[in-house]
Amino acid sequence: MTVREALNVAMEEEMLRDETVFILGEEVARYNGAYKVTKGLLDKFGEKRVVDTPITEMGFAGLAVGAALAGLRPICEFMTFNFAMQAIDQIVNSGGKTYYMSGGNVPCPVVFRGPNGAAAGVAAQHSQDYASWYGQVPGLKVVSPWSAEDCKGLLKVCGPDSAIRDPNPVVFLENEMMYGVSFPMSAEAMSDNYLLPIGKAKVERVGTDVTIVAHSKMVTHSVEAADILAKEGIKAEIINLRCIRPLDIETIKASVKKTNRLVTVEGGFPAFGVGSEICAQIVESEAFDYLDAPVERVTGADVPTPYATNLESLAFPDTPLIVKVAKRALYRTN
Amino acid sequence: PSQPFTVKLHEDSFRTYKIDPPSLEVQVQKDELLKIYKDMQCMRRMEMAADALYKAKLIRGFCHLAIGQEAVSVGLEYGITPEDRVITAYRCHPFAVMRGGTIKGVIAELLGRQDGMSKGKGGSMHIFTPSFFGGNGIVGAQVPVGAGIAFAQKYLGNKTATFALYGDGASNQGQVFEAFNMAKLWDLPCVFVCENNKYGMGTSAERSSSNTEYFTRGDKIPGIQVNGMDIIASRHAVQFARNWVVEGNGPLLMEFVTYRYGGHSMSDPGTTYRTREEVQRMRSTQDPIRGLQRYIEDWGLATEQELKQLDKEAKGEVDQAVEEAKTSPIPRSEDLWTDIYYKGTEPSFMRGREREEVHYY
Repeated sequence: MTVREALNVAMEEEMLRDETVFILGEEVARYNGAYKVTKGLLDKFGEKRVVDTPITEMGFAGLAVGAALAGLRPICEFMTFNFAMQAIDQIVNSGGKTYYMSGGNVPCPVVFRGPNGAAAGVAAQHSQDYASWYGQVPGLKVVSPWSAEDCKGLLKVCGPDSAIRDPNPVVFLENEMMYGVSFPMSAEAMSDNYLLPIGKAKVERVGTDVTIVAHSKMVTHSVEAADILAKEGIKAEIINLRCIRPLDIETIKASVKKTNRLVTVEGGFPAFGVGSEICAQIVESEAFDYLDAPVERVTGADVPTPYATNLESLAFPDTPLIVKVAKRALYRTN
Repeated sequence: PSQPFTVKLHEDSFRTYKIDPPSLEVQVQKDELLKIYKDMQCMRRMEMAADALYKAKLIRGFCHLAIGQEAVSVGLEYGITPEDRVITAYRCHPFAVMRGGTIKGVIAELLGRQDGMSKGKGGSMHIFTPSFFGGNGIVGAQVPVGAGIAFAQKYLGNKTATFALYGDGASNQGQVFEAFNMAKLWDLPCVFVCENNKYGMGTSAERSSSNTEYFTRGDKIPGIQVNGMDIIASRHAVQFARNWVVEGNGPLLMEFVTYRYGGHSMSDPGTTYRTREEVQRMRSTQDPIRGLQRYIEDWGLATEQELKQLDKEAKGEVDQAVEEAKTSPIPRSEDLWTDIYYKGTEPSFMRGREREEVHYY
């Protein structure tokens, strides 16, 4: 099943299950989604529940928040999270803080979703990873799925006890370059009750020599890197973060205690990023004592995304780079 | 030089809101009309070349073409002065050329080469000249920026205008109305130009806008709607709008009713939300270049043969520009690090993808 299909199925299942779930966004209905993630939903659920909006991100994000405050469960699609910057006040200030400001009186169960991170050849204004931006905000939950299974289980947005749908505002960061990628799906993952808990990472590959923590498309590169390292006898443990906030630091700590080496991988800018936060939390914890080498961060370069292919390839991590850095982490000592 | 003469525009050329329409009598002259004709052909040929290069996979990412909308970009340029300022969204190639760029510079940018107008760093959506402020990728965001350019013109006492363009899709963004309000409040010399090509991506104007008469959406700001498929009407309206704002009357809304023949971008076939018949009908009855050709022939300014010669020249110029652009080298790896901060004011170093990839200035 492709990531795109998994997202589509998750939304369909939720709409069948709960009448209050509806989708709004640009081109989601008649055009079947700019990236076809909402394909077929208009035909199945009609215009009342699959709503084409004007190009007014701040307006429809605010409207989604309002609908959530008033008892609906909106899925608000942004054509890309680059355009959600026009709406970031509504996401952060109206969506993320109302529950707190109301003293717990007014929950805001809204999902903001859409492609995030670098796409190919679309330059600076359309190629940016917002994981660390939203990851900073208390009140929001931030999901950054990788596989089809991640997308299906997490878009259905369940809470910590795996039983109820999470009643918080969730920022769900997809990746355009993953939409067409196929993953095998277990029978369990195909079931319409398949729910993944928000805030739990997944160990995609068990290893003993070095821990590589990644999210979204960088998990693909990390798994590829692990395959290359394995040929040289190096067993890398790959942690797919799945969620940025809450960050599953316990899973990372447990792995570091085993491997004693940590590499973080992300597509976002290096400064104040997801890797920076993981480093800080490890340094603050008892896992620090288990490190045999400094933590290595692999990140996007500290530049606006360039258009030209050769420059763009220097701006984002790839598999060989992760291999190189993982080896460096292995051969160094504190 | 050829002698000016007066022609009468079609009665449906303009509609206005809170302002008297411009006269339908317009002065034209042969030399200029032939130059306009050639420019329109060059712009169309350039976009067709981009289409082919995209399909040959030499251009990547998003690429939005303006085939069908030539009367707007060319008409705008012939109605303003080099000192006026223009800003638009991502459908920007013809404006970049008309505002002092080159076809080679645009094509090289699309190919991601050093000779591109943004050195290969911006791509299709981000191209600038000293009087043209892009080439902006976020829908509607260029409109308040345009108001700011007009603010500077007024502040500096320049008798010039800014034309801030946006599409019918972008017209609903909140910040567009915020810009309108400030421009009227402070009487900025800004013409807000809605390029209404009937579809914002795959959504028709009627499905996105509660009021599709975009020239009436400025509240206290007067507006003019123009047949944006008629180059002479377009140029005339631009001159009228420029005069209005430069004379200190405050901003003006201007709506060009136009049409894009292709999809929203190269990844949109443009046929799922409108019929092929509609596109064909617009092409055969409203085409701005054919319309000008008809004027030129009706007024006896040039023969079909002479116009064919201009077509040939346009094709030759674009072909040559494409060939030259193709020979331009790809950017140097070191250019990853230039232009992030103003030259000479960079931090001492910046980090690449891992700690050993560091660029020192």
